[in-house]
Amino acid sequence: MTTSIKQLPDIEQVLSGNGACGGCPATMGLRVVGKALGSNAIMLLTPSCAVASMGMTPKLGYNWPCINICFASAGSSASGITHAVEIMQEKGRLQGELPTVFTWTGDGGTYDIGFQALSAAAERNDNIIHFCYNNEAYSNTGVQRSGATPRGCFTTTTPTGKRQPKKNLALLMLEHNIPYVATANVAYPGDLYDKVVKAKNTPGTKYIEILAPCYLGWQFDMSETVQMSRAAVRCGAWLLWEAENGKINFNNPSARIISGKKAAEPVDEYLMNQGRFNRLLKGPDATQRIAEIQGDIDREIAFMRERAKITV
Amino acid sequence: MKAAQVTMETGAHAAALAVKSARVDVVPGYPITPQTSIMEAVAEMVENGELHARFIPVEGEHSAMAAAVAASAAGARVFTATSANGLLYMHEVLHMASGGRLPVVMCNVNRGIFAPWTLWADHQDSMAQRDTGWIQYHCSSNQEVFNTILQAFRVAEQINIPVMVNFDGFTISHCLMPLTVPPQEEIDRFLPPHEPEWRLDPAHPSSFSNVTNAPEYAPFRQMLSDDIMAAIPLVKQAAQEYKDITGMWDGDTIDTYRLEDAEVVAFAVNSMAAELRLSVDILREQGIKAGLLRPRLYLPFPAEDIINALPQNAQVMVLDRNYNFGHPGGILAAELKSVLFGRRNDITVKNRVMGIGGIDLTRRFMADEIRAMMDD
Amino acid sequence: MKAVTKAYRPISWPMKGAGGDTGTWRTHRPVVDIQKCTKCQICWIYCPEAVIDREESIVDYRYCKGCGVCAAECPTGAISMVKEE
Repeated sequence: MTTSIKQLPDIEQVLSGNGACGGCPATMGLRVVGKALGSNAIMLLTPSCAVASMGMTPKLGYNWPCINICFASAGSSASGITHAVEIMQEKGRLQGELPTVFTWTGDGGTYDIGFQALSAAAERNDNIIHFCYNNEAYSNTGVQRSGATPRGCFTTTTPTGKRQPKKNLALLMLEHNIPYVATANVAYPGDLYDKVVKAKNTPGTKYIEILAPCYLGWQFDMSETVQMSRAAVRCGAWLLWEAENGKINFNNPSARIISGKKAAEPVDEYLMNQGRFNRLLKGPDATQRIAEIQGDIDREIAFMRERAKITV
Repeated sequence: MKAAQVTMETGAHAAALAVKSARVDVVPGYPITPQTSIMEAVAEMVENGELHARFIPVEGEHSAMAAAVAASAAGARVFTATSANGLLYMHEVLHMASGGRLPVVMCNVNRGIFAPWTLWADHQDSMAQRDTGWIQYHCSSNQEVFNTILQAFRVAEQINIPVMVNFDGFTISHCLMPLTVPPQEEIDRFLPPHEPEWRLDPAHPSSFSNVTNAPEYAPFRQMLSDDIMAAIPLVKQAAQEYKDITGMWDGDTIDTYRLEDAEVVAFAVNSMAAELRLSVDILREQGIKAGLLRPRLYLPFPAEDIINALPQNAQVMVLDRNYNFGHPGGILAAELKSVLFGRRNDITVKNRVMGIGGIDLTRRFMADEIRAMMDD
Repeated sequence: MKAVTKAYRPISWPMKGAGGDTGTWRTHRPVVDIQKCTKCQICWIYCPEAVIDREESIVDYRYCKGCGVCAAECPTGAISMVKEE
């Protein structure tokens, strides 16, 4: 059973009055992460919206010890900290329960510049949780294309729409043979909470990716952050799944789409509600463009359905 | 009390033994010639339980330094090592270590820089990191490598500035020399456990290096600039106390040889400076009043000690194993001229670049060069 | 053997209002109709700013940025966004 909203703990690790935009999906997700991790944790951030949100020296909008590190190095720096606290505890210089070491990075710091260090940390299976809050672009620098930007999407560096599909990074992380991988979405806080609790209680490298629809980059009204997150799942553009020790399980509503109990909604409405897509869907090639995007989603659903059958 | 152990060791192994003696907690490492032997030795010491530490086999030097600074921020004593292009790959993170005031100690085993590839020693790699805010030592023997790493940890942790300990690839890193390892209790007396006054601590949450507006940013940079200069007395104090405890001495900020009455002063760093002692003897035999001034500390540049040590009206022959591109000659000569200007107008500075990419610097070759430079 | 010079690290400390009094960013304020509120806590969990009290549905206007997610997600329509004067 998914934890209900009323069962979620009171603890708040994201403090009111931080520097995030109104309606920010990253702080929305981080609040839930904080409820699952509690205060005994060390947070690493690479350049991203979360760094802009956390306040400027000497003010801090998160209630954890935090370290801002180089863009390329979330994975390796997290390894450094987890080894440091473990050895200091072994040598008797730290007492009590070991803190959870977690990274909080965007899709740029995960898919692109941060991938090498993350991949290596996962291959070493160092005891960390890597969170990617994925807003499908470099939103902090004004919305440029990343490896997580889907096909057909406007960004300031893909003014006529990105020509390539996004890569499936959660699956790539699973292929590192790490004990826990999950995808989540801010519209489903109970599901996210449960996944973070599992990750916290699993030794080794854990990867959790959270879809974070950014109203500024995606070009919708800031009150619609949760609605857009939900719509992404309903059309299959975002699949909710988790893999414990390599075995993939889909979570609802995605599980119903994968099993065929409920068809994914056509992607049209999802696209037309976002300026990043609909601004490019006004010409005679709109049908062709939508078909390409739909094709990417259909392929991904079919592929993940088959991939999940591999349990060896 | 146990007696000191004397064994034959390479410079790389001397470095690894110093890491063990310093009771380092975390060592992120990545192989690069000629540094690799240090990491191999440390990894083996960790595996066989000789050193109670974590060795993190990272996937590149950027990650090595990124893991090092983060582990240091968590409160651990941290060491890593690199060479040449590995050091260049770390460049961004070197600034994080210094700007963040994290007392990481790193060996850089000097090697020339790509392109074209070379495996052998020169000093372009470390001197290209001049403006990263690190303290830099240059060592001229295996024993000095060992001694300096211990002194480096002490200085770094006193002043919260990272320290780079440089020594030449192969000439030092791979050559066997006698090494004295003092008893552990002497080392523990010299280098107490690392107790940082700040660390990443969930019981006292605070954040490291948020975005900073100019009125706050500028003072951080000024403080780093001021404090790195304040390392000079600490370097001297560390050298003196190390001598008091272990009896070993490599010089403090500078090391000199037959300098008092010298008319011709060889000025160089690292292993070539050890060889230059023999060149000085050759020149003396030839009737030239030669001497040696070796900056053991390259950064902060020990300006006052150099100004005070140089004999009246000396000709200083700066032998640079690096290029100061965009200027004639090498980097050390430019540094020396900048500190002498207006202070010691009696001194003549002459400069040659030599030994690039590992060209062998023998005592005879350098003696001949210095004699030739007298006519430059 | 402690630092002889001041160790001047770029450190920040947790506090509310790290981004200032972010309530001033608001163009519309959420107003809760307590009669319609079922205390489902949906507004509380989706609020990115942690400014809604989970028991009483009271909004901390000092920091509420007025994004309107709470009003959009309220299942009973108990929250309306009212233009700031």
